[in-house]
Amino acid sequence: MSELLKSVERLEPNPNIPPLAPGDTVRVHSRIVEGDRERIQLVQGVVIRIKKGGPAASFTVRRIGAHGVGVERTFPFHSPRVEKVEVLRHGKVRRAKLYFLRGRGGKSARLRERRVETPAE
Amino acid sequence: MKGLLGRKLGMTRIFDESGKVIPVTVIEAGPCYVTQKKTVESDGYSAIQIGFEETEQRKLTRPEWMRLKKVNLPPLRHLRELRMSDVSGYEVGQKLMVDLFKPGDKVDITGLSKGRGFAGVVKRHGFAGGPATHGQSDRHRAPGSIGSGTTPGRVYKGTRMAGHMGNHTSTVQNLQVVMVDPERNLLLVRGAVPGAKNGLVLIREAVKQ
Repeated sequence: MSELLKSVERLEPNPNIPPLAPGDTVRVHSRIVEGDRERIQLVQGVVIRIKKGGPAASFTVRRIGAHGVGVERTFPFHSPRVEKVEVLRHGKVRRAKLYFLRGRGGKSARLRERRVETPAE
Repeated sequence: MKGLLGRKLGMTRIFDESGKVIPVTVIEAGPCYVTQKKTVESDGYSAIQIGFEETEQRKLTRPEWMRLKKVNLPPLRHLRELRMSDVSGYEVGQKLMVDLFKPGDKVDITGLSKGRGFAGVVKRHGFAGGPATHGQSDRHRAPGSIGSGTTPGRVYKGTRMAGHMGNHTSTVQNLQVVMVDPERNLLLVRGAVPGAKNGLVLIREAVKQ
């Protein structure tokens, strides 16, 4: 792809999003427009998919909603509407796409935790 | 009427302030030079001729190069004419930059569409083709009937059939300018424009505003 075209895309990592990995439990703060006012909506769940693709890159968060219904939301990495992402927990997983979680609920949908050494601040 | 020549770089997507995704075509537009002014008195109609993309002198024929040299312009690869009713604002040798346009403007973009060769009726005209199953043989992408019987006894002119597709000059009207970057000579318009990557495109102010 032409260098000039790439320069338009300005693909620096989004400063609001820390490095994510599949299996991470995250809390996403996204700005949504409701009627004529804007507010922050929280989505907390497991990252089941990270999709590459330059300006179209996205990640999908799966959470269990009311009555045990699974809800998935996909956020573009470069969207200015993603205000903040907190990583709450790293899950130990062996594959990149965690679609197997869709067929599961309750105890079988748990992921073992992967402890990460955080550098002392 | 204002216009520029440019080179299509390709498509991508950008986010606007509200977070909406806009599909854009990136065009490297200009700098162009006014190479000739045509007036009703001298030519019977009024237009300006613009040139784009400096090249090597040896790539032009001597007459092409000499006439540019006469007006102190570098050798230019592409020349196009822009018809306009009033050429008084232009001078030969004047440099036209992408800042001719600003975000929100509507433009018409002309390019040479990608050649598809001899294409069947499904690709060329969007026909549905025949049934896939139930004993069909060789009818999957056939056009079906091309007319009536004894009356009129011929196939009407203009009936859509297979034939050469693409590789013709095509214009898309009323594309919206999304972003202009005078530093890098970039023009971003919403939507697709005709032609392949690195194809020459002519950007003009929209006729139907």
